[in-house]
Amino acid sequence: MAQKQYAIGERYIGAGQSEGTIVLDAVPGNALGAYLDGAEIILHCNAQDATGDTMNAGEITIHGNTGDAAGYAMRGGSIYVQGDAGYRAGIHMKEYKEKVPVLVVGGKTGSFLGEYQAGGVIVVLGIGCEDRQPVGNFCGTGMHGGRIFLRTEHLPKDLPSQVIADVAAPEDMKIAEPLIRRYCEKFGADAEALLASRYYVLKPNTKNPYKQLYVTN
Amino acid sequence: MLKEGKNTAGDFRIPSGCAVSSVFSRSGKRLDGSDIIKSIEIMHERSNGLGGGFAGYGIYPEYAEQYAFHVFYNNAKAKEECEKFIDEHFDVVNLSKIPIRKIPQITDEPLIWRYFVTPLHTKLAESQLDENEFVVRCVNRVNTYIDGAYIFSSGKNMGVFKAVGYPEDVGRFYRLDEYAGYCWTAHGRYPTNTPGWWGGAHPFALLDHSIVHNGEISSYDANRRFIEMYGYNCNLLTDTEVITYIFDYLVRRQGLTLEEVAHVIAAPFWTTIQNKSPEERERLTYLRNVFAGLLVTGPFSILVGFTGGIMALNDRLKLRSMVVGEKDDMVYIASEESAIRVIQPELDKVWAPAGGEPVIFTLDRKND
Repeated sequence: MAQKQYAIGERYIGAGQSEGTIVLDAVPGNALGAYLDGAEIILHCNAQDATGDTMNAGEITIHGNTGDAAGYAMRGGSIYVQGDAGYRAGIHMKEYKEKVPVLVVGGKTGSFLGEYQAGGVIVVLGIGCEDRQPVGNFCGTGMHGGRIFLRTEHLPKDLPSQVIADVAAPEDMKIAEPLIRRYCEKFGADAEALLASRYYVLKPNTKNPYKQLYVTN
Repeated sequence: MLKEGKNTAGDFRIPSGCAVSSVFSRSGKRLDGSDIIKSIEIMHERSNGLGGGFAGYGIYPEYAEQYAFHVFYNNAKAKEECEKFIDEHFDVVNLSKIPIRKIPQITDEPLIWRYFVTPLHTKLAESQLDENEFVVRCVNRVNTYIDGAYIFSSGKNMGVFKAVGYPEDVGRFYRLDEYAGYCWTAHGRYPTNTPGWWGGAHPFALLDHSIVHNGEISSYDANRRFIEMYGYNCNLLTDTEVITYIFDYLVRRQGLTLEEVAHVIAAPFWTTIQNKSPEERERLTYLRNVFAGLLVTGPFSILVGFTGGIMALNDRLKLRSMVVGEKDDMVYIASEESAIRVIQPELDKVWAPAGGEPVIFTLDRKND
């Protein structure tokens, strides 16, 4: 069956869709794959804002960049972005049991990456910006769950005190490696070269990190 | 003028985004208004029919030395009173109704007139003001004291066209396909806090600066109080006009560069300033302290048109979207990439500016 035709700039493409594959060549509107529930979306162009907003399952592959708030409140499934992501990527991602959302960004991201992250895995490969930090300001602000992997030698200086950043240990990389390999399969990057780099992993500090932030407790 | 648009949205509030778009030719090539209409039209859903507008630059080459006043009148009495004032202060080189196309989507229009004027020498000399300041004060006088008259465009070789309606309809209503300019900006309005009325549509302009704005100014009252100390009157029932006056005040009267204005209105956080080099830290701290009352908070993306250029700016948290596309000598800036691709599918470069970082394009210098 031929794919339904979508207009340039059309919003909510694939919203809530549980099966099938959507392939797009013209820039879709905002909220591509919002509430996606198992279908696959492949983009041969850039995406706009709020890609995969609150998606639950399925996969979005973007052969290009994505705008702001990619993977906003995502609760399952995967988003792979070949290039860059805008501001607030992965904001408030969450996980529950086997539902662990994944956001992999090949290039750099804007500020507020993983803000209020509550679960799931974000990987930023920083391809092409090896000489500087691959994320903007305020990375991981309010983070209280999940993991952020950054392939870089330049850890952001403004990480909040509630976040612990360490060089990723082999057991951490067990989580990241399959995602990096999958990225390379999709976009033809060199997995061994990427895996040979240094990765930092950002986790929330589990020692009651938000004590007295709002109230005395 | 109609102060509340007839619309299915009625009187309830739906928080959402407006739309902005622009096209700019660095080589100064003049384009008619059809592309900018097509671009803003693709973002139809970002507006709700309560306001649309455009600014065109380089559209009046035959009157390039005159100020072009575009004026709304509620009635013949307001027109009579305003024209008397204009005649007393300006030499009117040409006047006419602004040509419109009657379409069912745009209704209840006020009287819409255009005047090409130069200040009267005697009045100007008597005022001891420079020409621009004289014009600003006259515009302010009309808009504040003549009931039912509103000069909504007052620059040279540029003009604002705005109405209650969807922007694509507003563009057709004003026959923008019959004008040609090197720069166009456009706005689709989705008013959330203030009435939709003809004067409240964007762009807001003073002299040759024009602003289109998507967002909401949380600091509006603080900004208004500051700017009203310097002779500006905020009387258009919407927050955006204050940004227009801030640009006029900082650029024309204080002599700041556009980059400096950006660092005043979208100043970086103190924590961000701390991590800058010592000179940069000192410069940013100075701007934040001296013009503290002009910090604009809340979400915004704005496009500022001016003679020979365009500037785009997001709030420092980047709570609104903005995309820049470049192709040969052409620059496109819009709320959404689709609004660029729909008029220029092939781009050399497409990118999103960071929050608080101004993006400025100007005409190439001619080698003559």
